[in-house]
Amino acid sequence: MPPPPRDLELLDRILAGEEEAFASLVERHQAMLVRLAMVFVRDRAVAEEVVQEVWMAALEGLSRFERRASVKSWLVSIAANLAKTRGQRERRSTPFSALAPPGDENALAVDPARFAANGGWASPPERWDEETPERLSLRRESREWIEMAIGQLPEQQRAVMTMRDIDGLGSDEVCNVLGISETNQRVLLHRARSKVRAALEQYLAGEVNRC
Amino acid sequence: MLTCQQLTELVTDYLEGRLTLGQKLSFQMHLGMCRHCRSYLKQMRLTLRTVGKIDVEKEVPAEVREDLLKRFRDWKNRGGSGPAP
Repeated sequence: MPPPPRDLELLDRILAGEEEAFASLVERHQAMLVRLAMVFVRDRAVAEEVVQEVWMAALEGLSRFERRASVKSWLVSIAANLAKTRGQRERRSTPFSALAPPGDENALAVDPARFAANGGWASPPERWDEETPERLSLRRESREWIEMAIGQLPEQQRAVMTMRDIDGLGSDEVCNVLGISETNQRVLLHRARSKVRAALEQYLAGEVNRC
Repeated sequence: MLTCQQLTELVTDYLEGRLTLGQKLSFQMHLGMCRHCRSYLKQMRLTLRTVGKIDVEKEVPAEVREDLLKRFRDWKNRGGSGPAP
């Protein structure tokens, strides 16, 4: 099977008026754009409206897109601008970086009870030799468990982890979109990832016990 | 000497390539000697790879797709973004 066409190739075909190429680009990026919009507007229906606007803005700006950035980054910047504007219009005008702090600045990556007084593991992590990302992500139960863990993260942490680890955006893009510093971004990412790892550990321990 | 607990707090900086050279050496030296921390790092990597794969968002809803394609045709009929046909 030939590899799927690259984004830039799709752009050329869209410029040539090919509807299928546009549909492919939409399929490829829609979910990411909706998740991004939801950082600023929260309501899913509104986020979907914003993303419709994103696609229209992208079509209108297509011939001026200079292609120095990736298509994905370009769409992300359009979406961030439109979603922020919409969020403000809906009086949800709190800029992201001014939101209340997550309240767990002193939170540790791992429950301190798991360490001995000298800082060594008292209750060490399992090796997880049997697990693979494929197995864990395909099984509905473990997938839902992870989605729940991400869903329960404080807003800022959830936004950063979603953009970095689900949507594969770079730290610089995340900082730009959210208006936060690189250090702050990394702290949020660390908190989020640590919690999701702990949740997965809890899930796998329960699974072992159930067997 | 880095403790196991300290290592768990540096994991993200390590994965992000943000440790200083000295920190990175201590981190790797600790890993070399500590199988539990190797397990921890492995768990973290597995977690992240799994999270990267859970994006099983359903397809674009049919009505959203239809609406977009309709707007695409309008755009195209207006001459797209190129010179009018």
